[in-house]
Amino acid sequence: MTATSMGKDFVLSVEGLTVSFDGFKAVNDLSFYVDENEIRVIIGPNGAGKTTVLDLICGRTRATEGSIKFRGKELTKLKEHQIVHAGVGRKFQNPSIYEDLTVFENLEISFPRGRNVFGALMFKRDKEVIDKVHEIAELIFLKDDLNKQAALLSHGQKQWLEIGMLLIQDPELLMLDEPVAGMSVAERKLTAELLNKITKDRSVIVIEHDMQFVADIANRVTVLHQGKVLSEGSMDKVQNDPKVKEVYLGH
Amino acid sequence: MSYGLRSFLPKNDMINILLLAVLIMVIFPLSMDIFRLNLVGKYLSYAFVALGLVLCWGYGGILSLGQGVFFGLGGYCMAMFLKLEASSPENTAIQSTPGIPDFMDWNQLTALPWFWEPFHSLSFTMIAIIAVPVIFAFIVSVAMFKRRVGGVYFAIITQAIAAILTILIIGQQGYTGGVNGITDLRTLKGWDIRTDEAKYILYFVCCALLIGSILVAQFVRKSKLGRLLVAMRDKEDRVRFSGYDVSNFKIFIFCLAAAFSALGGAMFTLQVGFMSPSFVGIVPSIEMVIFCAVGGRLSLLGAVYGTLLVNWAKTVFSESFPELWLFGLGALFIGVVLAFPNGLAGVYSTYVEPMLAKWLKSLKSARPPMPSSTADSRS
Amino acid sequence: MFAEYTASELTSIFAMQGFAGLILFSVFVLMALGLAIIFGQMGVINMAHGEFMILGAYITYLTSNLFSEYAQNLFSGYFFVAMLLAFMVTFALGALVEWAMIRHLYKRPLDTLLATWGLSLILQQLYRTVFGPREVGVTLPDWLMGSYPLTDMIEIPINGIFVMCITLVISVGVYFWMFKSRWGGQVRAVVQNREMAGAVGINTEKVDRITFALGCGIAGVAGSAFTMVGSTGPTSGQLYIVDTFLVVVFGGASSLLGTIASAFTISQAQSTMEFFLSGSMAKVLTLLVVVGILMLRPQGLFSLKIRK
Repeated sequence: MTATSMGKDFVLSVEGLTVSFDGFKAVNDLSFYVDENEIRVIIGPNGAGKTTVLDLICGRTRATEGSIKFRGKELTKLKEHQIVHAGVGRKFQNPSIYEDLTVFENLEISFPRGRNVFGALMFKRDKEVIDKVHEIAELIFLKDDLNKQAALLSHGQKQWLEIGMLLIQDPELLMLDEPVAGMSVAERKLTAELLNKITKDRSVIVIEHDMQFVADIANRVTVLHQGKVLSEGSMDKVQNDPKVKEVYLGH
Repeated sequence: MSYGLRSFLPKNDMINILLLAVLIMVIFPLSMDIFRLNLVGKYLSYAFVALGLVLCWGYGGILSLGQGVFFGLGGYCMAMFLKLEASSPENTAIQSTPGIPDFMDWNQLTALPWFWEPFHSLSFTMIAIIAVPVIFAFIVSVAMFKRRVGGVYFAIITQAIAAILTILIIGQQGYTGGVNGITDLRTLKGWDIRTDEAKYILYFVCCALLIGSILVAQFVRKSKLGRLLVAMRDKEDRVRFSGYDVSNFKIFIFCLAAAFSALGGAMFTLQVGFMSPSFVGIVPSIEMVIFCAVGGRLSLLGAVYGTLLVNWAKTVFSESFPELWLFGLGALFIGVVLAFPNGLAGVYSTYVEPMLAKWLKSLKSARPPMPSSTADSRS
Repeated sequence: MFAEYTASELTSIFAMQGFAGLILFSVFVLMALGLAIIFGQMGVINMAHGEFMILGAYITYLTSNLFSEYAQNLFSGYFFVAMLLAFMVTFALGALVEWAMIRHLYKRPLDTLLATWGLSLILQQLYRTVFGPREVGVTLPDWLMGSYPLTDMIEIPINGIFVMCITLVISVGVYFWMFKSRWGGQVRAVVQNREMAGAVGINTEKVDRITFALGCGIAGVAGSAFTMVGSTGPTSGQLYIVDTFLVVVFGGASSLLGTIASAFTISQAQSTMEFFLSGSMAKVLTLLVVVGILMLRPQGLFSLKIRK
């Protein structure tokens, strides 16, 4: 790879990444690079290893081989919370929020302060926290629901809330796993708007199936197939790649 | 500062804690003889364990079936000090080795084992009562939680630890007093703990410590750490990927629960006058879980009331119908789990509170209806 | 601690203790098989498992009394009838318990633990009321008495061999039932995805009920076998429950082979150490080692690396 030598210029450089589960290689010698302020969409058929790639980057799954560098920092050796502290945020496929807490409390817990035991005991809900929570709630269309129990939100609102919980941490790299899955058409439009707003000064990796949505937001697209990069480039280029057509239509 | 106080102790909670304090510190002492009051004091020492379980199990989702271990360790530390004082060379002059506890003499020990030595000092004992169980809890919980062992596995392992410690205490008679435990405790720095007056004083000390522990637990519950525990119980991964080292919080809450239990154990020894392995093992440990479940696993005060109620029932039943008690206890386990997973506190907030509210409203029927407040089963 | 024995004495000690361990091993395996099915496959913690075993033991005791009273000439064969009865009764009780209690708690595994503990208390008191607080023992038919001398110093009791044969047959049976039959496939399908299994036409309620009942039934058979090596009292079952859970967890909850291997390791370690240390210290040491290993390797001895 020629890009290896210039690894430092990328926000994220994934090189030779492999993970095997009892011999099955879910991700196989994968390499890709994400630029500053780029929105990268990863697509691919089911079982291509898309979610596993996010799991590997955020430390949920440990790599068998290969390296993941975030701003020159090796992530494969760090623990999950250290990766978050480094500036990587990740949204899960199913909305992962705290159902028993209110929207306000959900956002407050994600506020990046008082993250150790003592800090959490002494944490004060001061003006800074309250202002920030309101600011984010406004952004994710939930400013009127701050005191609602999160379990009572609609599916789409839960997805927004989880995005909000990431935003309050202001990550430099944001990873979203199917952010519009299960959303109505109206909600999708709002989400696309939201993503366009929040991706201004950070890099984003999105996994998505909805091609229209992909075309709306993506700078570049990476197509995964059987744990490897099948094709990479602009949406047009990828859509016209015969290999991609083969994979999507051929089975 | 007033904002801080109000957020940690809202008016409702403060009234409820005051009511409990009045009940145990005024009403009980006025209405009971010292024998009954001493019994209540014994029950209240279990309430410390139930309190710890509310935080650790109700909030943190960590079910420990080995709380008896910490109760026992705290109790044994206290008992060792008292036993040494009761075994002064003058008191034990008839033994073949005077100056060591009687059970050691019976087991042909001729010198005090090394780990008994520091318990000659009261200040060491006071520290050890908390420190020994907490350090033990710390070691166990670090080993388990750092490796992400939780739920059912944690329950089984803590249960095994309770079994191990019981067998060990019973097996090592010469060092521990064996199955009888450490008995015949008399004085604390010369103060006779067996008199009625001492029992009164110890009862009030126990109450004061319990209220203090409730306030500490309330502080933790109302802090961000309390909300984090609830969040972790629901979506542990989300908390982890929000930048928290989840295991540290679990370790903390487990150690805090151990500290409460140990305090209860020490108060038990002081009030009841002995400590034995029958309060350490699997059976008492699970019984303490049911105290907490009956009161409501999410309610600090519920745990205290649950403990009092179950133990009162146990005393009444096993006095008059000893055969029925186990049936009753068994049915209680099944009934609470199946029908009332939130225990008395849950029943109170779903049935009693709305009725009270209705009744209050009908009293003020002339006024326009107030917006109904949401029921909070967690107070 | 070995110094005071000669080499040949040591060999005999190990062989005899090893064999005594094998009987303990058989009881462990039978107990653990039932528990491994219920816990490993269904995720339910049955704290009353020991009481199901003791029920089997009491039924064996009743059958033996019945035969010696009314059918003395058939007495030599009573044990097979007793095992069958023990299986049937515990199976039926298991199905009843699943219907009344367990099925409401599949989403709350920790609560099954508390509820079944309540059940175990009730059963214990029931045994105490019906059979009295004292331990009872069964009379073995003549052909199960005595022992088979292997060498001058090593003798093998015949009932031990018999218990092991039963264990072997049942283990093989469970293996085929769980991993080779269509039924086993359905059980695993339900465990992995209840909704989906229901959607493709598996009667999940029936699968749950029969699986739970079968685990209890095997415990009943374990109780039958137990009467040959120990006496039966209302709380005898409780003594085994923690050990059995450790066996299952230590083996890796979903692995049958692991369960058997860990039952073997634990029973042998305990039995061998018992000769040199006091019984209680042997148990403490065994449990400590098991807990220690579990802290280092929480997934148990045998388990696959899986994608979570």
